[in-house]
Amino acid sequence: MSTDNYVNFFQEKQGRKGIWTWLLSTDHKRIGLMYLYSIMILFMVGLTLGILMKLELIAPGRTIMGPQTYNGIFTLHGIIMIFLIVIPGLPATFGNFFLPIMIGAKDVSFPKLNLFSFYLYILGALVATTSQFLPGGPPDTGWTFYAPYSFKTSTNMFPAVLGAFILGFSSILTGLNFIVTIHRLRCPGMKFMKMPMFPWTLYGTAWIQLLATPIVGITLLMVIAERFFHIGFFDPALGGDPVLYQHLFWIYSHPAVYIMILPAMGAISEIIPTFSRKGIFGYNALVVSTMAIAIVGYFVWAHHMFTSGLSMVAQFTFSLLTFLVAIPSAIKVFNWVATMYKGSINVQVPFLWALSFIFLFMIGGFTGLVLGAVATDIHVHNTSFVVAHFHYIIFGGMGFAFFAAMHYWFPKIYGKMYSKTPAIVGWALFFIGFNILYFPMFILGLQGMPRRYYDYLPKYASLNAVSTIGSWILAIGFLIVVINLIRGAIKGPKAEANPWEGKTLEWTIPSPPSLENFEEIPEIS
Amino acid sequence: MSEDKPHISSYASSIWILLALLLLTIATVSVTSVNLGPLSVSVAMFIASMKATLVLLYFMHLKFDHKIYRLMMTIVLLLFFAIIILTFLDYSFRIK
Repeated sequence: MSTDNYVNFFQEKQGRKGIWTWLLSTDHKRIGLMYLYSIMILFMVGLTLGILMKLELIAPGRTIMGPQTYNGIFTLHGIIMIFLIVIPGLPATFGNFFLPIMIGAKDVSFPKLNLFSFYLYILGALVATTSQFLPGGPPDTGWTFYAPYSFKTSTNMFPAVLGAFILGFSSILTGLNFIVTIHRLRCPGMKFMKMPMFPWTLYGTAWIQLLATPIVGITLLMVIAERFFHIGFFDPALGGDPVLYQHLFWIYSHPAVYIMILPAMGAISEIIPTFSRKGIFGYNALVVSTMAIAIVGYFVWAHHMFTSGLSMVAQFTFSLLTFLVAIPSAIKVFNWVATMYKGSINVQVPFLWALSFIFLFMIGGFTGLVLGAVATDIHVHNTSFVVAHFHYIIFGGMGFAFFAAMHYWFPKIYGKMYSKTPAIVGWALFFIGFNILYFPMFILGLQGMPRRYYDYLPKYASLNAVSTIGSWILAIGFLIVVINLIRGAIKGPKAEANPWEGKTLEWTIPSPPSLENFEEIPEIS
Repeated sequence: MSEDKPHISSYASSIWILLALLLLTIATVSVTSVNLGPLSVSVAMFIASMKATLVLLYFMHLKFDHKIYRLMMTIVLLLFFAIIILTFLDYSFRIK
C-alpha cells in the first residue's frame, strides 16, 4: 500500500469540521473512542468516590462524612461503575473499534444505530448523575435499588432509576448491532469457528445484552410505577412481594456480570497467545466455554438471595448451578495457562496486565465458591468479604483486562507507542495497590465487618487503615498509567503496523486504520 | 434463502387467524368463571401462549421466514420457560 496517499480515520473528516467530525460520525472507530473517553472520565469520578469512601473508613467514627453522605456516595459509586463503566466497558470501546476489523468488515451493520446507542449512553449518564444534585438529595439505596426501600426513600430515586433504564436501551441496541454484524458481515472464509476469540466473546455478550437487559428495564419501570401509583408489585402492605424484585433484578444483574467479564476474557484470549508466540490452546473448548458461561450464567441469579428467605429447593438448585458455571470459567484459565506452557514468552506491558488479570480473577473465582455454597454464604453475606470478591472479579477481572486491551491495541488505535518504563511502574503500583486495598476486606468480612456502613467497631481499625492506604497506591498507579497513555497518544514515537506480531486481521492493516478499514475485503483461507 | 422471496399472506389466512385470536380471547374470559383452583393461572397462560404463537407465526411472519429466526425465537422461549421454572422453585416450595 502506498503510504503517501494513505488517510487514516483520524484524518478522514467526511466533510465535517471541528468537533462535528466526532459528534456526528457513524464510523465505528470514532464511536468506540468516544465511548472510551467518556468511560475514562467517568472512571476517574467513580474512582474518586471510592477513594473518598475508603478515606471515611480509615478510622472508626466520623472522619470526613456522615452516614447519609456515605450512603449517597456508595450508591453513586455503584451506579457509575456498574452501569456506566463495566457494563459498556469492553464491548462499547474495543468491541466497537475492533469487532468489524477482526471479522473483516468495513463497519457494524447499523452505524447510525451505533451512534444513537452512544447518545443514549450519554443521556442515561446525565440523567443518573443529575439525581445527585436535585432537591431531595442523592439516592441512598445502593446500585441495586432494592424494594421496598427504593420506593419509600425520600431521596431522588426516579432520575437514578430512569438513567439506568435509558442505559439499558443503549446496551440492548449495541448487543443487537453486534449480533447482526457477526452474522452478516464476516468476510469470505471466516466461518464461525474461524473467528478470533474476542468477537466470539462479544457475540455471547451481545445475546445476554439483548435477552437479559429488557428484564431489568421492566423491573425498573415497576419500581417507578410502585413509587408513584402504589400498584403493589413489591409492597407487602399491598399484597406484593419484595423478594420478587430481587428475583427480577438479579435475573438481569447476574448475567450482567458476564456482560462485564466475557469480553474481558476475549481480550485476554487475544493477548496471551500473541505474547506466548503460540496459537491459543484449545480454541474449540474456549468457544464452547464462552457460550456455556453465557447460557449457564442466566440460571444462577438467586445465589445473591440465599438470605432473603428462598425455599430450600431453590437454594439447593441455585447453589448447584453456581458451581456448574465455575467449570467453563476454569476451562478458560486452564487454556490460557496451557497456551503459555512452552511458549516463547515476550514480556510486554499488555502481557503483565493479562497475567495479573488471571491471578486476580482466580482469587475472585475461588472466593466466589465460598459465596455460591449456601452454608458459607450465610456466614459472609453482606460483609466486606462480598465487596472484596466482587471487586476481584469485576475490577481485577474486567478492569485489568480493560487496561491490558488498552495497552495491547493502543499502537493500532493511535499509530503511536507509549513509554514502556512508566507503563510498567504504573502497572506495578496499580497491582500492588489493588491487593492492599481489597485483600484485607476478605479478612474483615470473615471477621464479620458489614458492608455499606460508614462506621465500624474499633477491632476492625488496623485492616481498614491498610485498605485505605492501598487505595492511595492504586490511585497513583492509575494516574501514571493514564498520563503515560495520554502522552503516548500525543507525542509517542510512531508504532509499526504490527508491533506485537499479532495474527488477527487488525494487525494486517496500517495504524491507525483507514475509514473503511480495508482496501479490499480480506478472504480467509 | 427464503428472505429473498418475500411472502405475502392472503386476506383469508389473516382473517382465519383473527377469528382464532377472538375465539381464544372469549375462552380466556369464559374460563375465569370456572373455579380451576391453582390451575387457573396455568390455563390462562396456556391460552395466552397459543395466541402469542399465532401472532408470531402468521402476523409476524415467523412461519415464512428463514429458519434461523425460528431457532432464535425458540431459544428465547426456552430461556423464558427456564427462568419461570427456576423462579417457581422458590415460590412453590416456600414454607407457608
